[in-house]
Amino acid sequence: MQTKISRRSFLKGGALAACSLAASNVPAAAGAEKGKQLATLIDISKCIGCEACVEACAEENAEKFPDPKKPFPKMYPKRVPVADWSDKQDVTDRLTPYNWLFIQYATVEKNGKQLELSMPRRCMHCINPPCVKLCPWGAARQLENGISKIDSSICLGGSKCKAVCPWKIPERQTGVGIYLDLLPSLAGNGVMYKCDRCYNRIADGEIPACIEACPEDVQTIGPRDEIIKQAHTLAKETNGYIYGENENGGTNTIYVSPVPFEDLNKSIEKGKGKPHFNKVKDVMSDANNLGMAVLIAPFAGAAAAAGKFYKFSNSKQGDGSDE
Amino acid sequence: MNKNSALIIHKPYFKYLYGVTVFFLILTGFGQMPIFKRYYIADIPGLGWLAEFFITHYMHYLFAVIFIFITAYFLTEYILRIQKAVKITISGYLRIAIITGLIATGTLLVIRNFSGYRFPPGFIIIMDLSHFGLVMAFLFSGFICFVLKKKWLKNRLK
Ligand code: SF4
Ligand code: SF4
Ligand code: SF4
Repeated sequence: MQTKISRRSFLKGGALAACSLAASNVPAAAGAEKGKQLATLIDISKCIGCEACVEACAEENAEKFPDPKKPFPKMYPKRVPVADWSDKQDVTDRLTPYNWLFIQYATVEKNGKQLELSMPRRCMHCINPPCVKLCPWGAARQLENGISKIDSSICLGGSKCKAVCPWKIPERQTGVGIYLDLLPSLAGNGVMYKCDRCYNRIADGEIPACIEACPEDVQTIGPRDEIIKQAHTLAKETNGYIYGENENGGTNTIYVSPVPFEDLNKSIEKGKGKPHFNKVKDVMSDANNLGMAVLIAPFAGAAAAAGKFYKFSNSKQGDGSDE
Repeated sequence: MNKNSALIIHKPYFKYLYGVTVFFLILTGFGQMPIFKRYYIADIPGLGWLAEFFITHYMHYLFAVIFIFITAYFLTEYILRIQKAVKITISGYLRIAIITGLIATGTLLVIRNFSGYRFPPGFIIIMDLSHFGLVMAFLFSGFICFVLKKKWLKNRLK
C-alpha cells in the first residue's frame, strides 16, 4: 500500500493516490492510528529554488495571518520590543509572521566542483517540541499526528516558544491576540506564528500546500517510520547525509543532502528568522531525566520515613527504653 | 527522645530546608513565565539565570524533588508517629490541601513534558492555570497564617 504522497504521485495517481492518502495518512492525521506521527522528507538535491512552495504557503495560510490593530497599545517597560511585520508582508527571504517557509541557499564543494543548493526551511515539528511543552499557558499544542501549532486565539506573544526552540522558528506580531483584552501594557506582546503543517488540510485528507505546489517533488509526507526508512534508502543511494532524525531528540522533518550538513551550515545565511543546520541535542532531556525523580520523590520520602520508624520502634523494643 | 529518632519537623535544619526549597520553587516557577527579563529582574547582577528558561525549568524540578520528598516524609511521620500526640490544625489542613493540589498539577505537567505524552489542550490550560492559582493561594494563605500566627500543628488536649 502506498503511504507516502508527493505532489507528482498525487496528481499522477489521481483517485488511486487520493484513496491511498485517505487510507493511510488521514487515519494517522485524524489520530486513528495512535502514536503515529507524520513526517516529511526533504530531498535537497531536487530543490531548484523556484519558491513555488513559499507562494503556496502564503496563499494557503493567508487567513491565519495576523491583522493587527494600530496604533499598538503602549507597552511597559519601554524595552519591550514591538514586532511589526504588517507593512513587510512581502518579505520572503526569512521567517516572519507572514512567511512561514523560506528558501535558503548554499554554495558548497563536492568532488572538487561547486554546487548550488537550495532548500525549504520552516518549523521542524519536533517529536517532543519544547515550544509546546514549555509554553506557560498551553497556547502551543501538539496534535496526535505530531504537528505542533500555536493557537493564535490564546497566545500572549511572550516569545518563550521562540527562546526554547533550538531553531528559533516562531515569529512575533505585536498588536493582535488576546493580550489586547487583558493587560496590554503590562503583559503579553501579540501572537507567535509559524508553520502549522497545514493541519487543516491534513485533517481534510489533503497534503500540505507547499508539498502540493512543488514542481520537483522535493517533499514527501507520510508516517514517520516510513519516512525515516525512505530517507535512509535515499541517503544510501546518493551517498547523502541526513538531518532531523535525531536532532533535538528527533524531529518530523528529515532533510537528505548530497553534502554534509556542516558544509551547508557554513554556507547558508543564518541569523534572525534564518535557522541553522547545527547539531542539536535534546533540549528537554536534562529536565526530563530529573522528571523521573519528581515522580519517585513521594514514594522515596514515605519509604524513608517509614523505614526510620520501623528501625526506631525495633530498637526501642530491643533495648526496652522508652525514649 | 534520642537525637536520631527526632521527627523531621523538629530537626533544626528543617525550617531552613523547607523555606529555601519553597523560595526557589516559587522563584523558578515564576521564571516559567517570560517576565523576569521584561521587568529588568534578570538584569540585576547575579540574577541573569532567571531569564534562562532551561535553567529555571531544571531548578524547578530539582527543588520539586526535595519538596515532594520532605512533604511525603512529614506526612508519613505524622501518620505513623505523632498523630496521637498532635493534630494538624484547620489552617494546616488547608495548606496541605493546597500543597497536594500543587504537587498533583505539577506532576501531571512533568508527565506532559515527557516525549510521547500528550494531553488534550483544554486540560493543559486548566493544569497550567490551576498550578498558578494554587501557588497564589499558597502564598496568600501563608501570609495570612503568618500574620494571624496560625500554626500547622497543635497538641491534642489530654
Ligand atoms: S522546530 Fe521549534 S517551533 Fe518547530 S516544533 Fe521544534 S521547537 Fe517547536
Ligand atoms: S506545511 Fe503548510 S504551513 Fe507549513 S510551510 Fe508548508 S504550506 Fe506552510
Ligand atoms: S517548490 Fe520545491 S523546488 Fe521550488 S523552492 Fe520549494 S521545495 Fe524547492
